[in-house]
Amino acid sequence: MKQLYADHAATTPVHPQVVQVMTDILTDHFGNASSIHAVGRRSRQFLDEARTSIAKSIGAHFNEIIFTSGGTEANNLAIAGVVEAMKQKGNHIITTKIEHHAVLHPCEELVKRGFNVTFLDVDESGRISMDDFEQALTDDTILVTIMFANNEVGSIQPVYEIGNRLKSHQAYFHTDAVQAFGYEDVNVQEIGADLLSVSAHKINGPKGVGFLYVKKGTLLSPHLLGGEQERKRRAGTENIASIAALAKATELAQTGRKKKREELLEIRNNLLGRLDERGVMYRINGSLEHGLPHVLNLSIFGVDVEAMLVNLDMAGIAVSSGSACTAGSIEPSHVLVAMFGQGDERLRNSIRISFGRGNTIEDAHKIADELAKIVKRLVH
Amino acid sequence: MKKSPEETRVVVGMSGGVDSSVAALLLKQQGYDVIGIFMKNWDDTDDTGMCTATEDYNDVIRVCNQIGIPYYAVNFEKQYWDKVFTYFLEEYKAGRTPNPDVMCNKEIKFNAFLDHALKLGADYLATGHYAQVVERDGEVKMLRGIDDNKDQTYFLNQLTQDQLSKVMFPIGNIEKKEVRKIAQEAGLATATKKDSTGICFIGERNFKEFLGQYLPAQPGMMVTMDGKKVGNHDGLMYYTIGQRHGLGIGGSGEPWFVLGKDLEKNELFVGQGFDHEALYSDSITATDISWTSNKPVPTTFTCTAKFRYRQPDDNVTVHVKESGEVEVVFDQPIRAVTPGQAVVFYNGDECLGGATIDKIYKDQKQLLYVG
Repeated sequence: MKQLYADHAATTPVHPQVVQVMTDILTDHFGNASSIHAVGRRSRQFLDEARTSIAKSIGAHFNEIIFTSGGTEANNLAIAGVVEAMKQKGNHIITTKIEHHAVLHPCEELVKRGFNVTFLDVDESGRISMDDFEQALTDDTILVTIMFANNEVGSIQPVYEIGNRLKSHQAYFHTDAVQAFGYEDVNVQEIGADLLSVSAHKINGPKGVGFLYVKKGTLLSPHLLGGEQERKRRAGTENIASIAALAKATELAQTGRKKKREELLEIRNNLLGRLDERGVMYRINGSLEHGLPHVLNLSIFGVDVEAMLVNLDMAGIAVSSGSACTAGSIEPSHVLVAMFGQGDERLRNSIRISFGRGNTIEDAHKIADELAKIVKRLVH
Repeated sequence: MKKSPEETRVVVGMSGGVDSSVAALLLKQQGYDVIGIFMKNWDDTDDTGMCTATEDYNDVIRVCNQIGIPYYAVNFEKQYWDKVFTYFLEEYKAGRTPNPDVMCNKEIKFNAFLDHALKLGADYLATGHYAQVVERDGEVKMLRGIDDNKDQTYFLNQLTQDQLSKVMFPIGNIEKKEVRKIAQEAGLATATKKDSTGICFIGERNFKEFLGQYLPAQPGMMVTMDGKKVGNHDGLMYYTIGQRHGLGIGGSGEPWFVLGKDLEKNELFVGQGFDHEALYSDSITATDISWTSNKPVPTTFTCTAKFRYRQPDDNVTVHVKESGEVEVVFDQPIRAVTPGQAVVFYNGDECLGGATIDKIYKDQKQLLYVG
């Protein structure tokens, strides 16, 4: 059966040009970028080129990019690294209730270690309020970590306002831009971010590589100790092929970004239009206005998400319920709980459709038609 | 017209054990459109974050990938709590010995889970139970599993004709050791996995400790039938009729056994000798009767019955009362028949249905001391 993949917020297919870059390097350039000989120097050249182009693409400087094993490591390094380095200056951290687990769990760990963490509420559209933020902020605050855009519902946070507010505050501003990068304009100067996380596999790059932007002068304790790579802030022999692939994926994501947004919005609107035509009763979780163009979280009236996802999979359509769940975990999405509260029916009937490279308007129609068919079967 | 296997979708309830693994493998080999689904009914995540369900689901994933079938998980924790665990605690509170496996099959596996399978377009639900379904005399009959030692019809006694018509038991006609062999030859990841024992949600844990978390234990006296104190008990719910172990009564003579309970006085009746006469009864009444057939049942008939899992059958006469209760009269007195357990009826190999043992009688007098 031909698979229709509409789960690009989970991960994305690797772009053929990215594959080319990776395989070329894996085939011909195995050198250790720290070696003094010609073989090593060649690898160092790839590494430097990648760092240069990535830094440029987000308005950063060459030395402000730390390559990591992905978004999770970047987030962990940002949070643990800043808190360790800043703990003399305060004990308070601000985040939200809808962060990715790679931010949420490190923050919960900080609570266990005696830090005071504010988990900001969100409204029904999945956004925090600046008033709440302002109230939470104290002289004791050392870190604010708030995602650029949410991975489950696509809601975009007021990161520019937060960045602006923190210009005159000791607290560092970290934003997890893993889901937004490649879809929204991400420029660290304009945002006013001190730290920013990105992962390759959400932008048609490979898994296992990402980066953390760290503004020059930011205090950050290293996390992985060993060699002197990444200016001693992240030890370990550099994964040159993946890093070069990340740079290529970044370049591809940034160059066609505006056009891609238009295409994705059209696909999204076609899906919603077709659902209306087919008489499917649904609600949009999140905000179309302040949302990512490719993520659509829908609550579908009267169906159970478990049966819905399996039926879609059996029809060859790959979508998800938001956060990946294991072993039939009943844990409802923490994002939807934060938006709607415990016990809301939307916790049990919501699916996430996320478009990306390769999707067409026909795909949107096919998904809507299949959804209508399944709803008809399950509800009656 | 029956559909061909290729057009027949079968959902296999997979536990991560060898039996359901082989059930799925056999169906796949027979050409069915097979889907493996793991049911999560209980969360036992411990302090280290380990959860048996996660480990078991990982085994399901390995096996399904080996067989080449899709796999999913579904959660019935709430239904299990409401329908099975609540019943389980209520029965213990009432001084009886419940059978959660019977209830789980009735309410979860062949009800909520069956509904879920049908929602996925399944024609049948298959499980790795040792039982057989055959079409005979225009309906579906449930027969004992070929492997005498493993037959699980006792736990399936509440299944109705409607349920049985949508069920497959692919390993009911083979022996356990053959199941292991098939798994080993196919190289299935679960081929040598240990069989689960005991009540599923308790697993290998200490039963006393587990139950004590949910019901307050009230220690009291152990007395003989004529009221002589011989020791102390930890709480009546920890004991079942005919039990020998864990009484801690020393002294001379034959070993001690649990004979009954006095809930009001919180006393446990004990007596010496496996064959203590107070352990024997000759008839019972039973409730929640369910028959596997839709055909009318005669008001009185003879058949064989089991009062406990893995006990040999006894000859009995069944009287179906107008109230819906049944009275079961034994040909010979039977030892340690226990309220709360199931009585299951058989005609030869066929399981006719079953009920919950309610009141116990001897010489037409109710034995109030067994509960």
